[in-house]
Amino acid sequence: MAHAYTPGLKVIPCMVVRKKRLLPIPGRLKVKIGDTVKANDIVAETELPGKVHSVNVANRMGVSAKEMVEFLKVKQGDTVKAGQVIAENKPFISWFKTTVESPVTATVETISEVTGQLLLREPPKILALQAYVDGKVVEIYEKFGVTVETEGAFIQGIFGVGGETNGEIAVAVSSPDEELLAEDLLDSHKGKIVVGGNHAGWDTIQKAKAIGVSALVVGGIHDKDLRQMLGYDIGVAITGHEQIGLTLIITEGFGLIPMADYTFKLLKAREGQKASISGATQIRAGVMRPEIIVPGIPENVSICREDMRGATKIGDLVRIIREPHFGQIGKVSSLPSELIKIPSESHVRVMEVEMPGGEKLIIPRSNVELLER
Amino acid sequence: MSVKRDDLNVIIATDCGSTTTKAILIEKQGDTYRQTFRGEAPTTVEAPFEDVTKGVLNAITEVEELSGRRILDGEKILTPANGKTGVDIYVSTSSAGGGLQMMVAGAVKAMTGESAQRCALGAGAIVMDVLASNDGRADHEKIERIRQLRPDMILLSGGTDGGTVTHVVELAQFISAADPRPRLGQSYKLPLIFAGNKSARPQVEEILGAKTALYITDNLRPVLERENLMPARHKIHDIFLEHVMQQAPGYPKLIAMAHAPIMPTPAAVGIMTEKFARANNYNVLAVDIGGATTDVFSVFGTVFNRTVSANLGMSYSISNVMAEAGLENVLRWLPFDIEEQDLRNRIKNKMIRPTTVPQTIQDLMVEHAISREALRLAFDQHCKLAVGLKGVQQERTISDAFDQTASGQSLINLMDLNYIIGSGGILAHSPRRAQSMMQMMDAYQPHGVTYMAVDSIFMMPHLGVLSEVNEKAALDVFYNDCLVKIGTCVAPVGIAKDGEKILEYKYKLDDGTTGEGELKFGDIVHIPCEKNGTMQLRPMKKFNVGKGPGESFEAKVEGGVFGLVFDGRGRPFDLPKDSAARRAALNKWAKAMDLYPEHD
Repeated sequence: MAHAYTPGLKVIPCMVVRKKRLLPIPGRLKVKIGDTVKANDIVAETELPGKVHSVNVANRMGVSAKEMVEFLKVKQGDTVKAGQVIAENKPFISWFKTTVESPVTATVETISEVTGQLLLREPPKILALQAYVDGKVVEIYEKFGVTVETEGAFIQGIFGVGGETNGEIAVAVSSPDEELLAEDLLDSHKGKIVVGGNHAGWDTIQKAKAIGVSALVVGGIHDKDLRQMLGYDIGVAITGHEQIGLTLIITEGFGLIPMADYTFKLLKAREGQKASISGATQIRAGVMRPEIIVPGIPENVSICREDMRGATKIGDLVRIIREPHFGQIGKVSSLPSELIKIPSESHVRVMEVEMPGGEKLIIPRSNVELLER
Repeated sequence: MSVKRDDLNVIIATDCGSTTTKAILIEKQGDTYRQTFRGEAPTTVEAPFEDVTKGVLNAITEVEELSGRRILDGEKILTPANGKTGVDIYVSTSSAGGGLQMMVAGAVKAMTGESAQRCALGAGAIVMDVLASNDGRADHEKIERIRQLRPDMILLSGGTDGGTVTHVVELAQFISAADPRPRLGQSYKLPLIFAGNKSARPQVEEILGAKTALYITDNLRPVLERENLMPARHKIHDIFLEHVMQQAPGYPKLIAMAHAPIMPTPAAVGIMTEKFARANNYNVLAVDIGGATTDVFSVFGTVFNRTVSANLGMSYSISNVMAEAGLENVLRWLPFDIEEQDLRNRIKNKMIRPTTVPQTIQDLMVEHAISREALRLAFDQHCKLAVGLKGVQQERTISDAFDQTASGQSLINLMDLNYIIGSGGILAHSPRRAQSMMQMMDAYQPHGVTYMAVDSIFMMPHLGVLSEVNEKAALDVFYNDCLVKIGTCVAPVGIAKDGEKILEYKYKLDDGTTGEGELKFGDIVHIPCEKNGTMQLRPMKKFNVGKGPGESFEAKVEGGVFGLVFDGRGRPFDLPKDSAARRAALNKWAKAMDLYPEHD
């Protein structure tokens, strides 16, 4: 039977999800293998070295770098407070006295007789790493972190902004092709993951931030609203670090696009339950998509499974992801193997897709996305 | 393993890119080497494979299937070639896993900072940041930046020999305070090359000797008037092979498999560009526009330069092209109206689904509009850096050294440019070759007579690394199989009124075909010709096609799959401001070039 590989996003009611939680530099683990953790529990922590400030004492004192050491009141390794005098001269007339004070509370890290500078390092900052999902610690990486495992629903979006957070799922529209309007958002949505339909506009995003919604999940947004939200134009899809007051995930793309029915139904089925969510997206080699993880097995699912997609077969449902039929869903009716000339005159591999009205379209295979079977 | 380098009959070469590993088979046919089969497979640096050799073996297996030649015995490459079994040599390049990523530092940004940048770029690296004493950042910002970046290695320069020690020591102390970690491999020390003032070596050793894997080479700017980039560049390649690649998944195996040192992909393309330029005595511009980045290489006279625009590309970085170029600059190339919101959403949708292809002519035009801007911006960046010296051959006075930064354009002279080679999907795989030519004409706006070609399947990396082993094999394949000659562009420099005669021409091709005509300002004339030949050019008195205003001369016609194009749009070239006039002009030129099929 003819088939083709078509990438798609994972939307799975129940699977085993493993999340590696790693510190950027070595630190201490706060949990051990087998521990049960909650999303907000700290699993590891480390001290990030403090900021370094340079003070050019020689210049400030008007002496050479070598002479500078004679005027220092501190030595390497000393702790100094902000405003503390670190160097001074002793002139005969006190009017000519020059002092140099430390701009910060810090440790004297380096004194250089070549540059005449002191490098002062601020105290370290604690970086605490959370578990991110409710689950169990199944693996540890000495000094660096752990793997947390959970069973539950796993839903990938196509693009997101904002970091990791969690909250209860609240579905604020009645169907996946309904726009999430500002008036759909209620004070009770504070701290929750609010699910909409085909779109959220700028007014909706602003209201969500004002209420204190943890995250928004919708089919699409307009690029201009994203730009307004961030204050800049995203050039390369490497996100997750934005400090914008909420996490936003779009499941389908830019524009007004109904959320895939399957995704919407799955989120609706888990309404009221706690989920972990991350907007972090990286679209390069080593692609990373934003995600929603809802721990726990839903009542109507008895066996958790892995992603079943891969090869596209005749009869599969696909979404067209490029103009002129962007966002439309149809059924694969034929998978010709030969290269076909498309209207742009490129010769590419295509598939025939039957639309709900019976119309058959020829679409490049790279321009479709397989929907969950 | 030693291989007789002048006795090669069958060669297998791979390029491990970020997403695809491409293998080509080269076989000697009579006295000429030809590329005969190719295969490709997804690169396997990332999880779940985490072994680059898996992708290499898959790509070679495809070549085996297509060619009927048995090349592999399990995971081993069979050598030497014997009948339909084995190959004589295996060579490879690599840019997988993000390529070679470096941070460079110099005392003064425009002097040693720029020299260090040119040195690293020429070695095939992506320069993540240029740190300098006068780069405008506060000291703590510099230290924070060094700590955040996780380069593969650092190149520290600064000071001429016997010059400033203070600034070099200051930079070394900042690096020491930041205690940077390498991108790959948690346990090994970050390699750092010091190629600065030799008087500062003892202090640099004292400050960085324990914290980094420190290598000391000759100063890359021993005196203000001269750069000496090669020792540091060689050291970068050595460290890339011996340290950085040893940390990348599967690379120790790949290094053992290959019979010549693995080369960073851009370094190999640079070598091939240089060899082509020197063999033909041409000034060459080569560009590789990919999904994420655009590399630009130039050889003018004896001076080679390379730049990489890390976030200008046609898929992953397409949205950044729009952000950097501005929406108006993209829209100006479109001969139809499109809503801003629609265009923005389309571009973002391409960014998040980078493997989709344009299905309609309008969508193709949008991609071509963006590619013109990506090519233009990457070229602008190249011109800003291709201002200086190269190695010891280039001598300059102090005043020239200051002048380079002031003018910034001293090396790239469009009138002296002989050849443009384009590669990357949007140029190599455009449905019509005229589209590739037009994109390059619009983006670079060459002056006078310029020949144009595309690298059909991006073979230049393979050939660059091969040329280090057997130059004849590399050049044979380059001329016969790699370069697809598109044709010749003649663009008179000057401005006149629309419709005014600016050039008279006569041509005679090697197959005996002759013709003549005149070019009017604002027009494009296309003459199909696959054969080479000669042409007489008689520009009007205000126009220059290479020998000065009004000066006639005879030039070579290089035939190609599209042919000879007379571009009468003038230089400097600008599109009409009025939108109806602009659309009419774009449609007129598209018709003259037969760019697109008839469409609604």
